This record gives sequence, structure tokens and C-alpha cells, in this order.
Amino acid sequence: MRRHKGREVPLPTTGGAGSGVADVASAANARALPVKRLRHPLIGTLALAVGVIVILPVLSLAFVALSGTGEDWPHLIANVLPGAVSTTLALLAMVAALTSVAGVACAWAVVAYDFPFRRILSWALVLPLAVPPYLAAYAFGEFFHYQGPVQGLVREIFGFQTIRDYWFPDIRSTWGTAFVLASVLYPYVYLTTRIVFLMQGRNIADVARTLGASPARVFWRVLLPVARPAIVAGVALVLMETINDIGAAEYFGVRTLTVAVYTTWLNRGSLEGGAQIALLMLVLVLLLLVAEQWARRRQRFHSGRGTHLKVHPPRTALKGWRRVALPAAVSLPILSGFGVPITIFGQYASRRLEQFVSPDVASAFLNSLMTASLTATLTVVIALFLLNAQRLSKGRVMAATVRLASVGYALPGGILGLGLLFVLARFDNSLDAFARAWLGFSTGLLLTGSAAAVIIACTIRFVALAEGAVRSGMEKLPGSLDEAARSLGKTPAQSATSVLLPLLKPAILTAAVLVFVDTVKELSATILLRPFGFSTLATHVYENASRGVPEEGAVAAIVIIVTAMVPVVLLSGALVRDAEASL
Amino acid sequence: MKFGNARSALAGGALAIAALFTTSALADGVVNIYTYRQPDLIKPVLDAFTAETGVKTEVLFLDKGLEERILAEGANSPADVIMTVDIARLTSAQSKGVTQPVVDEEVNKLLPAEYRDPEGNWFGVTKRARVIYASKDRVKDTAITYADLADPKWKGKICMRSGQHDYNLALFSAAIAHWGSEKTEEWMKGLKANLAKKPDGGDRPQAGAIAAGECDIAIGNTYYVGLMRNNEKDPKEKEWGNAINVLFPTFENGLTHVNISGAALAKNAPNRDNAVKLIRFLASHKAQQVYAEKNYEYPVEPGLEPSETVKAFGELKADTLPLVDIAKGRKAASEMVDRVGLDDGPSS
Repeated sequence: MRRHKGREVPLPTTGGAGSGVADVASAANARALPVKRLRHPLIGTLALAVGVIVILPVLSLAFVALSGTGEDWPHLIANVLPGAVSTTLALLAMVAALTSVAGVACAWAVVAYDFPFRRILSWALVLPLAVPPYLAAYAFGEFFHYQGPVQGLVREIFGFQTIRDYWFPDIRSTWGTAFVLASVLYPYVYLTTRIVFLMQGRNIADVARTLGASPARVFWRVLLPVARPAIVAGVALVLMETINDIGAAEYFGVRTLTVAVYTTWLNRGSLEGGAQIALLMLVLVLLLLVAEQWARRRQRFHSGRGTHLKVHPPRTALKGWRRVALPAAVSLPILSGFGVPITIFGQYASRRLEQFVSPDVASAFLNSLMTASLTATLTVVIALFLLNAQRLSKGRVMAATVRLASVGYALPGGILGLGLLFVLARFDNSLDAFARAWLGFSTGLLLTGSAAAVIIACTIRFVALAEGAVRSGMEKLPGSLDEAARSLGKTPAQSATSVLLPLLKPAILTAAVLVFVDTVKELSATILLRPFGFSTLATHVYENASRGVPEEGAVAAIVIIVTAMVPVVLLSGALVRDAEASL
Repeated sequence: MKFGNARSALAGGALAIAALFTTSALADGVVNIYTYRQPDLIKPVLDAFTAETGVKTEVLFLDKGLEERILAEGANSPADVIMTVDIARLTSAQSKGVTQPVVDEEVNKLLPAEYRDPEGNWFGVTKRARVIYASKDRVKDTAITYADLADPKWKGKICMRSGQHDYNLALFSAAIAHWGSEKTEEWMKGLKANLAKKPDGGDRPQAGAIAAGECDIAIGNTYYVGLMRNNEKDPKEKEWGNAINVLFPTFENGLTHVNISGAALAKNAPNRDNAVKLIRFLASHKAQQVYAEKNYEYPVEPGLEPSETVKAFGELKADTLPLVDIAKGRKAASEMVDRVGLDDGPSS
């Protein structure tokens, strides 16, 4: 999937020279000046190769799917798919609705109004992104459990004695899963939308206001349409994460397509059938992507028009009860997506403080940190390379390859990992056979026997995130920019590093942070591909949860959340500073 | 790794990072274990193994795809021993061709024939019974059969984990073997109608649901009760464990469904001797005792008593239905669960 937050990130105006370039750049229009593209066969071929490698796990799964007989389908069609498809669609619809309302409303609130704790809330709103959905599901399950605090309070207040005395909504349901997923995923929408409101929204809004439109009318008729592509981009990302979720759905006993993939594979011994369902899911995802493209079709219309007024947009100061009500309302998603998990796991962790210094947790932390850092670096490098190659070549095949590379993101991690396992193991064994035959020694399982497999898996899984973020940053730069540099005698490589790279810094930062956070949270592919003795925080938590003692993993769970939280908060701050600096 | 100098140099060159965190999984005096059982669960017995033999253990825990991984790794797979719960997983490992037979007189002497593959492709090392957790306060019945679970008198009173879970699939498969498909499906519909809520969570939370009054009886494995009652860290679990009695349900033959956890020798085990040593150790009196005392499982060793906690449940009379028959019915059971919509819960 692509991210488009970077798109709205302004050209950084660091100092006079930088602003100069940016101004020239925005003044020029790449499409108005058709310049002959430079063909670069070497880079083109290399980029194509990278693209193909990224798609390999999906191809390998397709191969497995095609080798099946289809004997699972009568049962699937009669008893599984009708429920699984409708449950999945319902889940997607609910999550989309919840995240877009929460994300957009919160973004608008912190941009347009002044109220107590506004600054703190504006960055705290991204915190839930640090919480993996499987942890959130567990925490919500406990929180709303009969013996949890909420029902306890209900009984206290109304004097109920047993569970049979009252009705309480069951969190272990489709809507419950939607609520949990929305609680931790809405920050994607919040982040993308807030930047638009900060950047482009205000001056358009000001114009509308001077023409006599009411604030409400400005929001519905002017700002929302302007922000639509950003909202859609954020929601698309949310939906990818929803569709590939297994942790929350399985824990709440909600039978989605992803659950059906695993049941078919594991309980009925048909990996082929599971892979076939996974391909069906990819079709669903491709439809989503097409819808997203369609929604963004007029993107160019309003991009690249950052205002250059050096004034802060005025925020409406709230008075009376609204001064209390708005911050309270804005706190709700934070309490839900971050407060609940941190409370539940914090409680367990507080009884196991010694684990914070245990060698197991420490080594899991280091492994997570290393995996996430390397994955973030690799994905950003690959994304930059692919997009730059695409920029240079403008070939359709290349564009399609780059786009297709992103579908893997929507596959359940375990299934994608399995596809990759087949590919990597074949590579390892071929290399080993070659080395034995020609060099007289064994290379063993070079990749699948080491943590390299985990890093490759995470890189392939999340390269789409990085690609999306960098792409949106790059699309904002006129093509004439590097041509100008080249006409001044720079080589393509020089122009890429000396002109493009600095301008892409916010987009690159966004890409790196998102991938880092997702890798820290990644479980399914890691657990399948890791070598002996290699635990990450996520696998550590899962090992305990799967033997029925999630409390024992609470400390690692807290460490996951904190590890992911730090870069997310830094990113949020950096984006706001950038946006505000440009105003 | 058993890399020679040239190999280390090669690995260290282009893939320094990979080499950095490659562990010494092939060193001498090691046995590599691929396991579906959580490391913490098998740690006590593996520690005892290392203490006795000096052979170190490397453990790789997977939640799915263990067989596929060994298959993909092929001749280079470091896996020596496969450990898992559930008979169907053991036979599936065999049928996917990731095991190899071991015929070891000592092992065969220690393990009763009904708990191992005649050719030696897998060995059962512990037993667990799938029983009824019954509320101490609200259930006065002293015996409930599996068939009784479909009796309308339990309407709205039964809790269980997902019907698609290994443990339930094995139970349903045993029911199919005893009753035939048709009768089992009718029974499953009755069970579904009796559920208090949608199946979810693990076995322990079902005891929790009984403690909370959500249901009166639940289906669960025996050892969880031992783990809950002896949980010194979490008072809540102790309370759950003490809120229930264990009743041994039976089929018409008067016997209770049991499943096993077991081990198998991996197809291309690089440390074959150590692997056989481990399997022999798992069958030994010492390991059986550790399993019984620390994990509250039933030893497979004839005549060895379970732990005091487990003994207090009463006497287990294990079903004599061949385990492989249970494994064979897994797919049919899984399809039946979908067909009946067991996991949808009582309302639909």
C-alpha cells in the first residue's frame, strides 16, 4: 500500500537557498515542459529485478494455489466463504467508518480550535499506532470482560449480582473487532488528514470564510473535499492492516477470510486451499487499490499549492462548556487505543518488574530494535531506488512492477512468510548445491538459517509502506527539478543525491518511522522464519499468550509499545513543525 | 554453525549481518528441536535432559508451518526432533514426510504400543484428557457423558473454546469414530444450542467464565486445572481453578477421550544420535515424572502416577480408540464444525 502523508509534507524551507529552490520548483510545472527522459538500461533492469524479488513470495503462493485441485471449494462455498466474505466486508466497512470519523474529527479539532491541552493531545493522538492489534484485542477482552473494570462498575452501580442479571454488549464480536482495530489504526487517517488541514486547508478556508461561509459550511464544502485524497490514503492503509489481521479476529472468534485461510491450511491440511483463499483476498485488495486511485484522481488539482503567507492560522478559541467537552472528546480515541492496553498490560507488568531487566526481554528488545532499524533502512533505500528508477524510465512495466510490489502488504504475514520461505529455502539449497559441487564446501541455509530471512520478510512485507510515503513526497517535486540540476552539469546520480534527497527528507522520515513501527509489531512472518535462539519482543509476547499466560508477556508488551511510541511521537512532532514552518 | 573457515569467510563477507546473529545450532553435543509446544512448557524436561546427558538443546518455537519449514529446508534442515501436541499434528508430520522412523528397543520398552507409531515415526510422551469443568456451586451432577453435552437440560450453560481448535477437533473426531458422522453432527447441533456464548479464548478462560457465572460447565483439558490451581503468581487463576470440579465424561464404552503430546525424529536430523537420546529420555521415568509434576500431564509410562493435584480429579480411564483413527477424522471434524456453525455460538 501507498502512504500519502508525505505528499502533503511541504518542501522543507531550510534557509534562503532552500526556499529559493522550492519556490522555483513550485512555479515550474513538470507537465508544461515536456523534456526528453533519459533512458538508463542498467538502473531500469536492476529496479525491475528488485521489483520482481519483492513480488516473489506472492508468486510462490500463487504457484501453490494453482497446484491445488480445488477440492476444498465445495465445502468453502457452502459453509465458509459466505460468512467469511460478509464478515470481512462488514469489518472493513466498520473500521473504515470509525477510523475516518475519528481521524478526521480529531485532526480538525486540533488544527482549527484552541482548547486546554491541545498541544499534548495533538501528539498523543498518534500513540495508539504503537499498539499492535493483537495486544489491543487482548486488552479490550480483559477490559470489557465480566471480571474487568467496566462490567464491575456496572454491577456496582446497578447492584447486579451475576452475569445473568443484565445485558452487556459482547466485545468478542465483529463490531468489537472493528472497534479494537479502529482504536489502534485511526492515527493513519489522523496523520494524513491533519497535515492537509495544516498545509492546504487553512488558506482555502480563510478565503471561504472571508466570502461569508460559516465554519461548518467551510468544513463540509471546502476542507473535507480538499482533504479527501489524504483521508482515502489513510483509510486504505487502515484497511490493508485490517484485512491482514489475524490476531484480533482470531482472539475474538471472528471468522474473517484471513481466519479461513489458516483453518483451511492447518485444520484441513490444505495449504493449496489456503493459498487460493489468500489470492481471493488479493483480488479484494486490488479492488480497494483501484477505488483509492479513483478517489485520488484529481489529486494534482490541489497539490503543490502551499501557501507562503508567514502567518500562523488563527485557531478558534473555545469558550464555556466547549472548552471542556472538546478536549474530553479528543481524548476518547487516545484512551481507547492507548489507555486501555497500557493500563491492562501495565497492571500485569507492575507485578513482574524484574522482567524489565531479564536477559530474555533484553535480547528480544535488541533483536526487535535491530530488525526494525535494518528493515526501515532497507525499505527506504529500495523505495528510493525504485521510485527514482521509475522517474528516470517512465516505463509502464516499471510502474506496474512498483505498484504490484505493494500487494504483499495486504496478505496475512504468516502466509506471505510462507511464500517467502519457499523462495528463500530454494535459493539457499541451490546455492549450497552449487557451492558443494564447484567450490567443495557447504553454505548451509544461508538465509533461512539466519535472521536475514526475518529482515527480508519484513522488508518485503513493508516496502509498500515506504514506497507509498516516499512516492507521495516525490510526486510533489516537479520533474523539472532534477532536469534543471542535470542541465547544470550534474549526473542523474548527483542530482538525485544533492537535489532530490534533501527535499525528500520529511517523506523519508515518515517512511522509515512507519516501517520501523510496523516491524516492531510484526509477529506472524517473524515467528515462521526466525533462526534458533532469535526472539523478538512480539514473539516473546506471543509465546506466553499462546500457552494461556499472556500476563507473563506483559513486560515485553509494554516494551513493544514504548519502542514503537518514541519514533511515532517524534515523527508527529516533526511533521507539524514542518507544516507550521511553511505557513 | 559448523562453518569451516572458508565458509565463515564467505558468510562473513557479503552477509556479515546474517552471520552475526546466526546461532551455533549445529555445534556438537546439541540437539535442535522444532516445536509447536511453547519453550517454557518443555523447558523443565529439556533442562533435565541436558543435566543427564550433557547434550545442549536449541529450541525453535513455531505456531504454524513447522512441517512446511522443514520440507522447504530439505536436506540442510537443522531440525533433529519435532515436538508437538495433538495426534493429528504428529501423523501430519509423518504424512508430509518430515519424520523418519526410529526403532529403538529401549523406547519401545518404555512406551506402551498404543501411544506410538508402530514404525517409530512418532512417539506419544504425555497424555491429556478432555474433560468437563463443572461449577462447584451450581452443578450437582457427579457424572456427565459426552453425549449429555447435547442434552437440552444444559441449554445456555456450556462454555468452550473454538470448535476449530486442535483439542476440540480431536474430541469431535473421536466422537465421529464412536458414533458415526450423522449422530455426531446431530450431537454437535445440540451442543451448539446449549452454548452460553460464542466459543472463544483458551481452556482456562472457560473456567473463568464458570467462576463468573457465565456458564455452569465447560470443556477443557486436565492439565490446565493443575496449572490454575497451583498458579502462585495470579490469584485470579487460582480462584478459577478452585471454582470448578473435574468430571470425566465418557463415551458409551465408559472411557474418556485422551490426546497426546509427542515427539518425532526429523527426516534429515543432522544430530541423529542426540535426537534419539532425547526421544529415549522423554520416554524415561525421569522425564515422565517431570511432565507429571511440572506440567500436570498424565505420564504415558504404565503405572506411574500423575501429580497429587491431578490424582485428586479422580481416576482417568483412557479411551482405547486408536489414536490414528482420531487423527484421520480431523478434516471431517473441521468441516462439520463449519457446517454446524458451532463457532457462531448459540444464537444463530
